[in-house]
Amino acid sequence: MTPTTTGEAIAARADEVWKVYGSGEARVVALRGVSASFGQGRFTAIMGPSGSGKSTLMHCLAGLDTVDRGSVHIGGTQVSGLGDKALTRLRRDRVGFIFQQFNLLPTLSAAENIRLPLDIAGRKPDPQWWDVVIDTVGLRDRLSHRPSQLSGGQQQRVACARALVARPDVIFADEPTGNLDSRSGAEVLSFLRASVREHRQTIVMVTHDPVAASYADRVVFLADGEIVDELHDPTAETVLDTMKRLDTYGEPVMI
Amino acid sequence: MLRATLKSLLARKLRLILSGLAVVLGVMFVAGAFVVTDTLGRSFDGLFADAYSTTDVGVTAVPKAAVDDVDGEEVPTPLPAVTLDKIKSIPGVRVATGLSEADGARVIGSDGKVLTSVGPPRMGTAWTGEDGLLQLRQGRGPTADDEIAVNAAVAKAAGIKLGDRVGVLTLEPKKEFTLVGVWGYSGDRDSLGGVQEVAFTEPVAQKLMLGRTGILSSIRVQAAAGVTPEQLRDDVAAALGSGYKVRTGEQMAQDNAAGLKEGLSFVNQILLGFAGVALFVGVFLILNTFSIIVAQRTRELALMRALGAGRRQVITSVMVEAVVIGLLASILGLAAGVGVGALLTKLFDTFAGGGLQLAPVGVPLAAVISSFTVGLVVTVVAAVLPALRASRIAPIAAMQDVATPDRPLTAISVTGGAVTAAGAAALGTGLFADAGSADLWLILGGVLVTFIGVALLTPLISRPVISVLGRLFSWSLPGRLGRLNSARNPRRTAITAAALMVGIALVTGVTVVMDSAKSSLRAEAARVLKAEIIISGDQNGPRPPTYDPAVVTSAATIPGVRAAAALWNDQVSIDGAQTWVDATDDLPQLATAFGAGQQAPLRDDQIVVSRPEATERGWRTGSQVTIQASRGDPRTYTVAAVFAEDALPGSIIMPAAATKDFGITQPILGFVRLDQGTTVDAVLPQIKTLLADSPEVSATDANAFVEQQVSTFDTIITMIQVLLALAILIAVLGVINTLALSVLERTRELGLLRAVGLGRAQTMRMITVEAVVISVFGALLGVVVGAGLGTAVTRALENDGITELVLPWSRMATYLLLAALVGVIAAVIPAIRAARLNILGAIAHD
Repeated sequence: MTPTTTGEAIAARADEVWKVYGSGEARVVALRGVSASFGQGRFTAIMGPSGSGKSTLMHCLAGLDTVDRGSVHIGGTQVSGLGDKALTRLRRDRVGFIFQQFNLLPTLSAAENIRLPLDIAGRKPDPQWWDVVIDTVGLRDRLSHRPSQLSGGQQQRVACARALVARPDVIFADEPTGNLDSRSGAEVLSFLRASVREHRQTIVMVTHDPVAASYADRVVFLADGEIVDELHDPTAETVLDTMKRLDTYGEPVMI
Repeated sequence: MLRATLKSLLARKLRLILSGLAVVLGVMFVAGAFVVTDTLGRSFDGLFADAYSTTDVGVTAVPKAAVDDVDGEEVPTPLPAVTLDKIKSIPGVRVATGLSEADGARVIGSDGKVLTSVGPPRMGTAWTGEDGLLQLRQGRGPTADDEIAVNAAVAKAAGIKLGDRVGVLTLEPKKEFTLVGVWGYSGDRDSLGGVQEVAFTEPVAQKLMLGRTGILSSIRVQAAAGVTPEQLRDDVAAALGSGYKVRTGEQMAQDNAAGLKEGLSFVNQILLGFAGVALFVGVFLILNTFSIIVAQRTRELALMRALGAGRRQVITSVMVEAVVIGLLASILGLAAGVGVGALLTKLFDTFAGGGLQLAPVGVPLAAVISSFTVGLVVTVVAAVLPALRASRIAPIAAMQDVATPDRPLTAISVTGGAVTAAGAAALGTGLFADAGSADLWLILGGVLVTFIGVALLTPLISRPVISVLGRLFSWSLPGRLGRLNSARNPRRTAITAAALMVGIALVTGVTVVMDSAKSSLRAEAARVLKAEIIISGDQNGPRPPTYDPAVVTSAATIPGVRAAAALWNDQVSIDGAQTWVDATDDLPQLATAFGAGQQAPLRDDQIVVSRPEATERGWRTGSQVTIQASRGDPRTYTVAAVFAEDALPGSIIMPAAATKDFGITQPILGFVRLDQGTTVDAVLPQIKTLLADSPEVSATDANAFVEQQVSTFDTIITMIQVLLALAILIAVLGVINTLALSVLERTRELGLLRAVGLGRAQTMRMITVEAVVISVFGALLGVVVGAGLGTAVTRALENDGITELVLPWSRMATYLLLAALVGVIAAVIPAIRAARLNILGAIAHD
């Protein structure tokens, strides 16, 4: 099964990616020849039970982890095989990250956290785009606050703004709503989707929450290190149905 | 619980090594001090046991003017030669030998320079022939008045051989002799304990070493068969009556060794001083390490509490760690101390001429006991506060995901303020109030308590200072992040900086005092010293360098010389108390050389005294004063005049006639004042020519003389800087420790930064800035505290002649730069670790 997106430019791509941890008895195959493309301006969710390899796939795509076989591209750049310096620059300039938790530096204000990748690169934010991002995440009156003075939802919105402000080729989000209550989660997901719709931002999100996945344009399902299914224009119900089906398809796994 | 403690101890090996190292260093110096003292002490015992192996009973006279051991040389009070005949007639005496020996025979080597000694005496003796101990190696003993023999140590050091004409300085100026013999000692030794020896014929030895013929310095008695030394001693003592010191050879060996061992206490004190600094700084380091360990283990400890561990068990758990570290550090420190002790003993021997037959290095019980006591006490004391804090962790902390909250600094700052005030008060009392013998302890305690107080205040000070300091490095994002990080945990930053503060404050304080003293001395010399040319020599042994007073008499006749005077210096006894006095051959000329106005010549029974001295002793012009010099009988002098303070050198000036009874019978200084219009260059070469036969001294212009005098202070500064190096080494360990822990604590943060694109070089720069900010902050504190302490001490010494206050700006700037460098060095390992961090692992890090 090779999911592709037709007629669109590709923002990130995995070709026959294998990833193996450990050796001998402890050998775990996390990815078994996964191939997937993520179109520009698309919001893709990667789903699967724990241990299915969904986080590993994202880490490999983002250049945080190396692949054992196959290759990964971001835009036209082959990520697999790059040295630390090139990888650092790639992450800084062309990739954005949103993690589940611990997303911000406690010593910096919200505004400084948002500017962090630009400051590291020594670039100035585009003022117009800055305003757009700040207004999208609705943090204008919180910019001078420290992370410890912000709620969990606000902190995650700062993290989203930070990912957006550098206009990366692709944003990788790892369970961005995992630590949030459902209202804050819905807010975060809404403007992630808005940034895709309105500004053609590419987002790849790992989640195990069917509701979160329903915000995406497309859902890719992983099990045992292989892509086993995919859905276009999903709803929470169709995602849940697919997952139930996959439960009986593979080994029984708790979600 | 114990097993859990030990397991967690093993899991943090690196940190423990780092914090333990300070204790290791401290204990090393403590153990080293004991080992050196013990080994050298036993070597001295062996040396003197050897030297007196041929003496059953020794007879000396009761000294007339006891000279204290540190400042002066004991001059043997001579025995009349008839005493020898008296002893020979005592039953039980097999052989009695009269000895005519004294320190102060200085041999001029083949290079024209006087053989120097850093400790062992330079004995001139009468040749008494070979015995089981003393063995001729070449030639024979001296038989004519112009012949000498020397021991092999002298022959080698002077580069002289049989037949050479050799110059020797004694109580009299340079005399030349023919070398006819070289001797050594049993066991193929060149000398006993590095002592330089020259043997003359008996009359010559008596004249040159004791002052006149017909007297002996001591008598060596050997007992007839069947008579014990103790028996013989009692017999001899009974026969001679009072006025004699009669001891067995064993007693003399012990007495002599005891005198030398007392001198060793100096070495001991230096080493213990080093130990004190190392351990004091070490306490900060350990306190910090344990605080961090406890903070990191909050959840673990809370879990233990939740599972039912009592408070006491938590305290025990932390204290057991401290005891284990203390024990390990003590063992390592003791081992290192034995090594250092052995090394220093070797060095001491080499330095002293290499003649000491070193006893095998031993580890005295005192070294073992003090090492473990010091190592354990320091570690355990430093761990008490963190342990108490650990015991206050609530069980609920196990369930919460809270980092240690930033506790308010009010309590610690109030305590710090109070402690600083107490320290300053103690220091002030010690310095300015006259508390007698308690002064030194008040000052030392005051300094120590002030350090602790300032250390407690440091967290409060750190916020504004670090914020300002950090801006220097904030031009780039990594710099800014580093600065913010260093301000993040004021307590930790403060204690790390405080460790550096102690060393830098000590050295800055001493430098302030020394520089002030130098400057005061220069100013004083400029004010008092009117002579343009000074005759003086470098003293590098117990005896000062001397010269022939005839030089000054001749110098006075050189055209262009307005006045020339020689100055003697020695200790005498007045009213039973030791006092330093000076003597001159020509008071009017000395007065002219010092610009002191008219002074009448001194008659042989007159002295002049300074006004403060006269006031203190209740003397007026015309007062009669009895003075006992090192030799001869007490003499009565009349106070001829009282001179204004500092108008003339010293406070009591005697006539040159008195100096024949001095321990040092020749002048040590000479002052030459020139006519107006005469240049130094015109006269100096002529005076240098006159000094050809006085190789111990040289003539210099007044500036060079003053600089030579003040260079002593530079030596002290250098020594203190060695101490600084040690303190800095320990402080570096502290900075490394703190940074390594910060890196560990902020693993996820670092992972995030790397994930969003912070490069490796940038990461390293961030850590380095943090280290540099902490170090420079510590140095800044040290410089400020040190300058304050130094100023206080200088002000307190105002009445003792330190009238100027000089702050050593360039040195202080150097210390700050040094601290920045320290920061960079300390950051290397933590920075590399941070840069090599696996990003994925870091983000997933709990």
